[in-house]
Amino acid sequence: MSAAVNALPLRIRVSRLGALVKREMRDQLRDWRVVIPMVILTLFFPILMNFAARVVINYVNQYGGQVIAEAVFPFLLMIVGFFPTSVGLVIALESFVGEKERYSLEPLLATPLSDVELFLGKVLASVITPLCAAALGISAYLAGMFFSAGWFPPLELLVQILILTVAHAVCMVSAAVVISAQTNSVRAANLLASFVIVPFALLMQGESMIMFYRMYNELWWVIGGVSLLAVIFIRIGLRQFRREELLSREVEELRFDRMGSYFWRCFSGGARTPLAWYRLAVAPAFRRILTAVPWTAIALFLGVVIGVVLADRFPLPVSMLRTREYKQEFLDSLQALGFFTPGGAWMIFSHNAQAIFLAFVLGAISLGIMGLVVLMLPIGVISFATVTMARAGTPAWLFVLGFVLPHGIVEIPAMLISGAAILRVGNCLLSKPEGRSLGQIWLQALADWLCVMLGVVLPMFLLAAILETWVTPLAAAKVLGW
Amino acid sequence: MIEAHGLTKHYERVTAVDDLTLRVGRGEILALLGPNGAGKTTTTRMLAGILRPNAGGARVAGFDILTETEMVRAAVGVLTEQHGLYSRMRCGEYLDFFGALYGLTPVQRRARAQNLLSALKLEVDSDAWLAEFSKGMRQRLALVRALMHSPGVLLLDEPTSALDPESARVVRDLLRAMRAEGCTIMVCTHNLSEAEELADRIAIIRRGRLIAEGTAAELRMRMLGPAVFELRLAREHEDLLTALEGLAEVVDRTPARIRYRAADPGSANPEILRRVMERGGKVVELREVTPTLESVYLQAVAEEGAPPPAGEAK
Repeated sequence: MSAAVNALPLRIRVSRLGALVKREMRDQLRDWRVVIPMVILTLFFPILMNFAARVVINYVNQYGGQVIAEAVFPFLLMIVGFFPTSVGLVIALESFVGEKERYSLEPLLATPLSDVELFLGKVLASVITPLCAAALGISAYLAGMFFSAGWFPPLELLVQILILTVAHAVCMVSAAVVISAQTNSVRAANLLASFVIVPFALLMQGESMIMFYRMYNELWWVIGGVSLLAVIFIRIGLRQFRREELLSREVEELRFDRMGSYFWRCFSGGARTPLAWYRLAVAPAFRRILTAVPWTAIALFLGVVIGVVLADRFPLPVSMLRTREYKQEFLDSLQALGFFTPGGAWMIFSHNAQAIFLAFVLGAISLGIMGLVVLMLPIGVISFATVTMARAGTPAWLFVLGFVLPHGIVEIPAMLISGAAILRVGNCLLSKPEGRSLGQIWLQALADWLCVMLGVVLPMFLLAAILETWVTPLAAAKVLGW
Repeated sequence: MIEAHGLTKHYERVTAVDDLTLRVGRGEILALLGPNGAGKTTTTRMLAGILRPNAGGARVAGFDILTETEMVRAAVGVLTEQHGLYSRMRCGEYLDFFGALYGLTPVQRRARAQNLLSALKLEVDSDAWLAEFSKGMRQRLALVRALMHSPGVLLLDEPTSALDPESARVVRDLLRAMRAEGCTIMVCTHNLSEAEELADRIAIIRRGRLIAEGTAAELRMRMLGPAVFELRLAREHEDLLTALEGLAEVVDRTPARIRYRAADPGSANPEILRRVMERGGKVVELREVTPTLESVYLQAVAEEGAPPPAGEAK
């Protein structure tokens, strides 16, 4: 009979989804809290932006700053499209938890709507109205700019702005629906919304810079990234949405003792000795992060490629790189930095540990992406240096053999493992819940990361630091013939 | 039909339903009684395919609640304790929306809504705003919503709690009519007289466990023992107690009235009457004192001396 359920005609599913979306949209358009901001943002805001644009033109034209005006118009176009979509965030945050507070959720959950239909219905309903408002706002702004300043954006830029607006809306709304489905009160959902608003504020700042610098080709990368994020958020929502959770949680309580106890269970694996800890906690954690290793390897390889490309684009003067002439300075500077001493080894180790911690923090709040970027940096620097040195006459293989491999043979695998653990923490919400809450999934991933760090990565970094302090300089001197 | 076996549901700190086994046949009404927090709502939610049990399972309307939840939800009508109507909708829109979710065509939705509104005597304009409905109107509309798709199984939480006596009777009559048509109905209620009047069988749960189940008469017998009779005389009689010796156990007495419990009233009552009249007593009335369901319920849910679960009692 399960097969019968799955085989339910798509027409019926679409029809049910349509009924849900229609009801939600009707509800929004009858709610003055939604309608008034939407009307203001759709009609008044484009007029204000038109006015602002004309003021900017008049001002910058006095000083021959036509270029600035040309950068401001597309930027304002993006802003006009973005503001109405932000109303979608408010609608989405209320979507499930608002209904729960008004007791209308249970009758809805009792209907044959599947979890996917419920989630998608709420996302679509929260996206469509604000997007219509954004489209109207953009049209009003463009009409105003065309008639008042004779400006109309190139078609490609217009398409970029439209795609970006849709991607922004889907991203914010799907993240907000996930929050709404995981909280127990509208108040809590609104507080948690800062996890959506703050990253989007940063994203908008980055996009604004791109618009001001008129790097419209680079804007495609941003569009690709934001669209990917939108897909990831929808996937997280579909993975984590369980109607059961919506009714199970009666009390929203932050219990640090329970969280601590769950984390400790995951971290210790119930072991009483270090050896047992390796067997019961570290080994399973290591197995769990293995699926992320190939992705980390791809990211590190991308770091190599970026280093090579940048070395070609920004070549250093060859005269600076005649290493054979710098033997004494090289060894003196290494000694001054503390090489060949335990202090030097500790410095390298602590530097690597700090870098990994930074990668973890950034990765944890960016689905693992920024964490991998941090790990790609040293790899990029190495490949940049390898290409540059090759240009200066030191064969690439010789440079790698002397400067990288003696400690890199330990350090690079450690980076690979830590990158995989960070990636798992960052995107743990994409995994199946299997009866666990979001908090438990995250705590498990955090415990896995700590197990792998303490049990595998940091010991490897310590060994790599020792090798880098005493062995690498000698190997480098040897292969360079000093 | 509902068949639940070992249904268990744990929340973080409590076990809401603990190894619950229930059966409600086709065309039968079961009243589920229990104190607040006994697990009635959780049981309903599990049977409705909204909550997933931690252990055990059930078949509802022929579908498994674990593997065929969508089919279960399509076959079940649920009236929740809180009606939760959408206040920014009109009556007609509301019923049309739920009808659409259950896959009814627009024509079916209109016809069904009209029939049910009329059956529940909810005479309102389909353009009426739900925000303007009274509590009783909301409750009846919520019931219409639950019945829109002609479900084979009905799970009702306090179906008449907000209704005036006349409306409550209309609802009860409708439920009886549905039972006659073969609908399986489970009613969670605190209204014991309604449970007794409406239900074919009664199940009492406490702390998530089934502690008693049967018809009202069976529960009385099981909980309170043999029937109690009251014998009233025209005037005081000294010798009355001796007339009952060896035949009945005295429960209560006044000079002109005595209440007794007889294990075999068929043979004991004629003998008691004969003895009383032999001793010159003038009998005014002999009647069975039917204990209320409330006494049965209070006995069942009492902390101390609660009887074993129904299965063991049998």
